[in-house]
Amino acid sequence: MHELSIAASIVDAVTESAAAYPGARVTAVRLRVGALAAVVEDSLQFCWEITTEGTPLTGAKLVVRMMPVVIHCAGCGVDAELEGVQSFRCPRCGELAADLGQGRELEIESIELEEPDGPSEPASERVSGLAG
Amino acid sequence: MTTRIVELRRGILKKNDELAAGLRSRFSAAGVLVLNLVSSPGTGKTTFLEWTLRKLREAGARAAALVGDLETDNDARRLAASGAPVRQINTHGICHLDAEMVGKHLESWGETAGADGMALAALDYLFIENVGNLVCPSSYDLGERIRVALLSVTEGEDKPLKYPTLFNSADTAVITKIDLAEPCAFDRELALRNLNEIRPGIRVFETSAKTGAGMEKWLGYLQAERTQAS
Ligand SMILES: Nc1nc2c(ncn2[C@@H]2O[C@H](COP(=O)(O)OP(=O)(O)OP(=O)(O)O)[C@@H](O)[C@H]2O)c(=O)[nH]1
Ligand SMILES: [Mg+2]
Ligand SMILES: [Zn+2]
Repeated sequence: MHELSIAASIVDAVTESAAAYPGARVTAVRLRVGALAAVVEDSLQFCWEITTEGTPLTGAKLVVRMMPVVIHCAGCGVDAELEGVQSFRCPRCGELAADLGQGRELEIESIELEEPDGPSEPASERVSGLAG
Repeated sequence: MTTRIVELRRGILKKNDELAAGLRSRFSAAGVLVLNLVSSPGTGKTTFLEWTLRKLREAGARAAALVGDLETDNDARRLAASGAPVRQINTHGICHLDAEMVGKHLESWGETAGADGMALAALDYLFIENVGNLVCPSSYDLGERIRVALLSVTEGEDKPLKYPTLFNSADTAVITKIDLAEPCAFDRELALRNLNEIRPGIRVFETSAKTGAGMEKWLGYLQAERTQAS
């Protein structure tokens, strides 16, 4: 099953990124998923639960933001959002558009961490390690 | 407790994408044209490839194939009958090939191996037959230059509408088993229209591995693309 591999890849990526914040617990993972990414949210949520169980990510919420397809129309030059993925026609002029500006995303946007309070180095310094 | 939000903006399949990019530059440096064939189970990928490999070899070209299936090496044995070097990738339950599997199997390419695993530079064409599945393979880049989506006349003209992700990610489409078009009452115009709605401008070949129809055009396309690649 596709969503199972995707969930496993998310766990790997988040675990790797969260390692820069020792002692922190991941409470949420925010995704951007394009309408053309072939991911079904329900089954991804289900796979997320079973994949994270018994790992440090147990209980972390998966927040999925679905992104519609955006085409660039060569006919009228407009960038337009499509309602579905059954036809790639410009909603303004009806031309078929092969040029996609958005819709294939399968991306981790951000993670939310809960960190224990206490004397620690300034937050800004600790963030900079990940920024690049 | 303090809450912190860390922006990642990282592709979930970043690892696969990076491996695929590495493969793509290796393929391009070696001057080998790599194609990734995707379709539902039973569309005729192996049959189509058997034919393609045989014809290419007759024409003096050097072609090889990697073939992915959950289990069995049946397809590899069928393809190897053409005389071309072939490797089976068994995914054991995983419904698609990924770039890591392809990279690994290129290394294990024993008999023709150069310093770099398989002697890629000794090839003109490498065909990768993906696991029969119209969903999962679409997200996994294998480093191919051309993704070929196959669709048989027995599957229904609306396959592109039902699996837009896969057909939209394809560079080229092949309609297979056109010898069965009549008994299946295949609506050719409708199939072509559906393909074009989902992947505007896609190039379509209509073939039969039974009669050989359409195969010359397909071979001509391969040769033209190969010339561009090198
Ligand atoms: N009539 C006809 N039958 C074909 C043609 N191509 C393939 N077949 C038949 O279709 C069946 C499936 O063909 P395969 O080539 O094994 O299909 P595949 O896509 O490789 O299948 P998987 O690897 O299992 O996904 C076989 O019985 C073939 O003989 C064709 O052009 N015409
Ligand atoms: Mg096969
Ligand atoms: Zn337009």
